Amino acid sequence: MNKNLKEQVLRSGGVNVLKCMRCGKCSGTCPSYGEMEYHPHQFVYMVEKGDIETLMKSESIYKCLTCFACVDRCPRGVEPAKVVEAVRLAAVRQQGNNHLEPSEIPALLDEDLPQQAIVTAMRKYAK
Amino acid sequence: METFTYYPGCTLRTKAKDLDTYARVSAEALGIKLEEPADWQCCGGAYTTAKDEIATKLSAVRVLNSAKEAETPLITVCSACHNVIKQTEYDISRDEEMASKVNNYLGLSEPYTGGTKVYHYLEMLRDVVGFDKLKEKVVNPFTGRKIAAYYGCLLLRPAKALAMDDPENPTIIEDFIRAIGGTPVIYAQRNECCGGYITMEDKAQAQKRSGAVMGSAKDMGAEMVITACPLCLYNLKKNSGSDLPVYYFTELLAEALGLKEASNE
Ligand code: SF4
Ligand code: SF4
Ligand code: SF4
Ligand code: SF4
Repeated sequence: MNKNLKEQVLRSGGVNVLKCMRCGKCSGTCPSYGEMEYHPHQFVYMVEKGDIETLMKSESIYKCLTCFACVDRCPRGVEPAKVVEAVRLAAVRQQGNNHLEPSEIPALLDEDLPQQAIVTAMRKYAK
Repeated sequence: METFTYYPGCTLRTKAKDLDTYARVSAEALGIKLEEPADWQCCGGAYTTAKDEIATKLSAVRVLNSAKEAETPLITVCSACHNVIKQTEYDISRDEEMASKVNNYLGLSEPYTGGTKVYHYLEMLRDVVGFDKLKEKVVNPFTGRKIAAYYGCLLLRPAKALAMDDPENPTIIEDFIRAIGGTPVIYAQRNECCGGYITMEDKAQAQKRSGAVMGSAKDMGAEMVITACPLCLYNLKKNSGSDLPVYYFTELLAEALGLKEASNE
């Protein structure tokens, strides 16, 4: 386990993963549940255990929609989406590890796609 | 006449001109003055919750500070802008470390540490104009029309920062629908996500999510769906596979107020 990485993710996420009671409600309400290899409650647990590199390598970090459903519906106020965000940032901040490059965007556009989608995707997937 | 500092956001200037145009003409007719600051920047579309991110929060702080300097409340229409600005305001008012890093960078004449009142356009209708007053001004009521309100996620959550309505049982858009004479349709998916920006990454997922939303509205007998968010509109129209029409709430507002034709001239 990489202790520095765990500390970095905990600081960046700004939440207390020890409050989790493993009820799974966050994952139950997550609209991306079916697309994720690791689900929100697993992010919380794995970060607590320091198993962060596994999460950083998983496509799951790009599947969170930032809908904040898990944040509002967690009975313990753990705010799992903030943990997912912190792990994703740890990954895309690595040199050469952008998940989406500006050069890839033109191919993804159609005439109706709002700017909002593009700027949000860039914010989520690139540094 | 009450004056607000108006933040349109990048999408309202481009793909979502309807959301903006109808918001402006309707506000004027309701006695609300919208003043756009000269130098706003795109808010980035999504709030970065991470504590160690400062640069991504600056444009929202700048516009909060513009409203403070203008001594007016701030008003937004796009759900995503609203969410970013409200979460920024919530955090900068409470997180001293963030506030000090932001202010160290911006070097404003007076540090910004929160205090600007932020309204979504719907909150302005509810809390400043009043839905009763709005009702009195309606000339083309949507009588008998079954309209489904789509909140999506960003208008309501996280509820402690957004503080607009009950996140699980919201009423503000339904009350708006009643004020313009329509019949609101309640359906299970009204506050679940449409897929948002995932349409760029995983079309199938966006199709699944937006299809679930539209299917749920249709099952409950809706004739149309309304939203405040350009990305919701896109997903619900283009990714859902549904034939139910989707409109911005401001378009219905302008129509109810008899301003729609005038604003298209
Ligand atoms: S809902 Fe909260 S308490 Fe329950 S598993 Fe998820 S993070 Fe843990
Ligand atoms: S914020 Fe992300 S992890 Fe949480 S429920 Fe939404 S999609 Fe799932
Ligand atoms: S939320 Fe959207 S539309 Fe709004 S300014 Fe920001 S990115 Fe642009
Ligand atoms: S519903 Fe869709 S576009 Fe709208 S706020 Fe959620 S993700 Fe965003």
